[in-house]
Amino acid sequence: MEFDIEHVAKLANLPLDEKHLEILGKQLTETLLYIDRLNEIPTEKVEPTSQVTGLTNVTRDDTVSASLPQEAAVENAPATHNGYIVVDAILEEER
Amino acid sequence: MKLYELTISEASKGLQEKKFSSSELTSACLERIRAVEPKLHAFVTLTEEQALEQAQKADFLLGSGEVRPLLGIPISIKDNFCTSGIRTTASSNVLRNFVPPYDATVVRLITEAGAVSLGKTNMDAFAHGSSTETSDFGASRNPWNIERLPGGSSGGAAVSVAADEAIAAVGSETAGSIRQPAGWCGVVGLKPTYGRVSRYGLIAMASSLDSPGPITKSVEDAALMLEVLAGHDSMDATSSPLPTKPYRKLLKEKRENVTIGISDDYFEGVDPEIVTAVQKALREFERLGHTVKQIKLFDPQYAIAVYTIIQRSEVSSNLARYDGIRYGFGRDAFGEEAQRRIMLGTYSLSAGYYDAYYAKAQKVRTLIVEDFANAFEEVDVVIGPTSPSTALPVGSSKNHPMFGEVSDALLEPSSIAGLPGISICCGFSKELLPIGMQVIGPYFMEDLILNVANQYEQVTEWSNRKPDL
Amino acid sequence: MSNDALTTTYQPVIGLEVHVEMSTASKMFCRCSSDYFGQEPNTHTCPVCLGLPGALPVPNAKAIEGCIMIGLALNCEIALFSQFDRKHYFYPDLPKGYQISQYQHPFAQRGSIMLSDNKKIRIRRVHMEEDTGKLLHQDLDSRAVSLIDFNRSGVPLVEIVTEPDFENADQVKEYLQKLQQIIRSLNVATANPDKGEMRFEPNISLRRTGETNLPNYKVEVKNINSFSFVERAINYELKRQSSILGRGETPIQETRGWDEKRHITLGQRSKEEAMDYRYFPEPDIPPVRWQPGEIDEFRRALPELPGEKKARFIQSYHITAYDAERLTRERRLADFFEEAVKVGQEHGIDPKTIANVVINKKIDIDPTVPAELIKDIVASRSIDAIDETELQSIIQEVIASNPKAVEDYKKGKTNAVMFLVGASMRKLKGRASAENVKGLIVAYLDAM
Repeated sequence: MEFDIEHVAKLANLPLDEKHLEILGKQLTETLLYIDRLNEIPTEKVEPTSQVTGLTNVTRDDTVSASLPQEAAVENAPATHNGYIVVDAILEEER
Repeated sequence: MKLYELTISEASKGLQEKKFSSSELTSACLERIRAVEPKLHAFVTLTEEQALEQAQKADFLLGSGEVRPLLGIPISIKDNFCTSGIRTTASSNVLRNFVPPYDATVVRLITEAGAVSLGKTNMDAFAHGSSTETSDFGASRNPWNIERLPGGSSGGAAVSVAADEAIAAVGSETAGSIRQPAGWCGVVGLKPTYGRVSRYGLIAMASSLDSPGPITKSVEDAALMLEVLAGHDSMDATSSPLPTKPYRKLLKEKRENVTIGISDDYFEGVDPEIVTAVQKALREFERLGHTVKQIKLFDPQYAIAVYTIIQRSEVSSNLARYDGIRYGFGRDAFGEEAQRRIMLGTYSLSAGYYDAYYAKAQKVRTLIVEDFANAFEEVDVVIGPTSPSTALPVGSSKNHPMFGEVSDALLEPSSIAGLPGISICCGFSKELLPIGMQVIGPYFMEDLILNVANQYEQVTEWSNRKPDL
Repeated sequence: MSNDALTTTYQPVIGLEVHVEMSTASKMFCRCSSDYFGQEPNTHTCPVCLGLPGALPVPNAKAIEGCIMIGLALNCEIALFSQFDRKHYFYPDLPKGYQISQYQHPFAQRGSIMLSDNKKIRIRRVHMEEDTGKLLHQDLDSRAVSLIDFNRSGVPLVEIVTEPDFENADQVKEYLQKLQQIIRSLNVATANPDKGEMRFEPNISLRRTGETNLPNYKVEVKNINSFSFVERAINYELKRQSSILGRGETPIQETRGWDEKRHITLGQRSKEEAMDYRYFPEPDIPPVRWQPGEIDEFRRALPELPGEKKARFIQSYHITAYDAERLTRERRLADFFEEAVKVGQEHGIDPKTIANVVINKKIDIDPTVPAELIKDIVASRSIDAIDETELQSIIQEVIASNPKAVEDYKKGKTNAVMFLVGASMRKLKGRASAENVKGLIVAYLDAM
């Protein structure tokens, strides 16, 4: 099983150190062996089920309801400023 | 009998007949909690003050002759249901300080039904597990033997009911998380059809599988809870518009001549004691006038692969919102199990692997759905053991990357298909640990499986046993 | 290499992605008001658009209908089966860590739009998605931070993607104007670029002239918020890229940002090819299936599109293509004109005349009522029925009695004409149109 564990961690936005990555890599490999059993089952003519409910066209009308008050909306944020939620700036490099 | 030992039916009757008040009943439960919690650790957050306030209000309403299905009844709520103004953590460090500004629909429904909320119960962190051991706040313990796990992920919920801390509990199941802990704790666990109960406000694990449901002391109580919880919700686009049924009433008319399907694969690799207990139960069903028929179902071992991929893929997606910016802590606060599942899920959705994993799993899922559809043309319900073993020792889940999925092999097929299932106690092992039996039915036939389970419960004494605490 | 040499060696290959904000009352997946512009931050949010744990999306039917209408107006095939997909990436303005969008089964595909000189632009797809929150960059306590406002999070967007069929910036500009016109005529969006209601991302590359394969790179330009900037940005990019190609190198495949102060593009991060969005069908939203009959219904509900209207005006009213273009530019003007034509019919005023008056006199249609306009035209017509000879003699009289004005005009004071017109009009007592009189006076004076 070839995969780049660091790349997966990056995609998953998980901050993991090398030691952890190694352990997770091994566990991932173990799990993937289990999963490979699926290849024993032929599915060429089978449609995927993404909705067991069989429901379709579930929508709602375009009416407005009250939003959360600003206080409640930002209450759980670790950093706020004048009603905004604050986060460290992401620097975009210029070329 | 102590007040806290009552079922919902018994407690409701007592309250209606003014034999005791909700305040008394609630206080009794809170006292019980104080007594056994140090050993069991079923709760993450206790809401004592609020509970007593609600009980007072309930007493007032009871006094004026108000009738509501859960009026004055103390209930526990699994900590993955958002409760407005009350800390909701999903037993994870990521959310250990999160206070939702809104109620889950299920919470709203039990509140409107008059329930008293005792608090939020412990679970596997983000519901990732079948032991409650992956909780970031410490494992819960099985009331039948505190060196044993209660199962999961609704471990705390099952414990609270089995130990009579709460009269009933609300839990959730993705694949086994209601039925398995109910089985290990000797109580009743009902996983309704996917879409029967609203998921709005339930912290998502695997969106196409998650299903809220009740954990109770009796089958009748489960029927009562389902009546409160079931129904269409416009806030959940996957919730079913089909009408609900009077589940309690339908219990009273015994279904006759039920054909019960059993599949050999569901007894493979299962503890011999469990096999014996379930076979005894099948004899009981025959004595009640039903027929047992051998059928061949899709091997549950394949369901493990299907479930692992679909669940972990959806988990990796549903946990993407936890970045510590709008609430909670950052992604370095995730526990190991969550990290594992996010990693596998991310991998199986990634470019070049999507077709081989997620898409493939969803196709095999179709086969499983069809397999059950075919089975239900031959039989009315499917019965088998809930789990391959009884409650395992504390520590069993550590460093076992697939512990959850392997333990729940017998429950995954019905979860994958979205079918309703119920687990009830059908005996005890020689170690005096409860043995669970599951009944699976066709879509939206909760009334049928409740009926079948109820018939068994009526002719046996298992539900009368209490753990020695 | 000179510019000419460059253009003959390389030809532009340009594709365009346009995002349009729908003018629904509520957001795409929740009932928060979508009217976020200028509001206090985080006052139009709820558990759904904030991405709180446990929240679930429920799609807005009106937004979906609007998307279908846009697809039909662009001659697309409407998919009988479509669904929403999750598009994953991490950014502070994206609350769920994924955007609900469409990937494999968009609502509409394979359409086209014709530009002038018969240039066809193929539309690859038209799909729905939700908008992100807004980031404001600021220094707070000497720390560089981003302030996040989620009012915009969840607002419905329709994304329209073309094939890389554009050959120059002019075509892109024409396309954008036509697209805006069509969308406005459908009444599904106001599409004002300066309010962020219409956003453009051109994909620009160059290939050797005559080459049919697509170039092995493309540069996406973001942050353009006006039609004129699109033109500039494209032309800047073409120049920048040709220099690189001229050196024998290949431009880097990347996303660049338009700097509207310096009028240049700046490199930001590598193009999304490196980004793995891990698309999969949105499990919280059941798919959408249409019956062919339902799509026909949508088609019937389409209003007359600008292109159709223009063709009809030319045919029915016998006006020039230019006039038809001017009159159909805005729905309200077109409607006003047609109303005036109706009234005009009863008074013997032909559409050509009305068109003339409306366009050349730049009538302000807001205070004016079509019937009034016709009345004025009728009046001026009957005035112009004054005897030609009498008109000439009066004008000559006025000119003769005002030698100073004539002198002023000869000296170059064109205002003197207006003085003479005024004097003539007073004598004519309104029996001729000022326009006509002026024309005659100028002709006279110039002949003197």
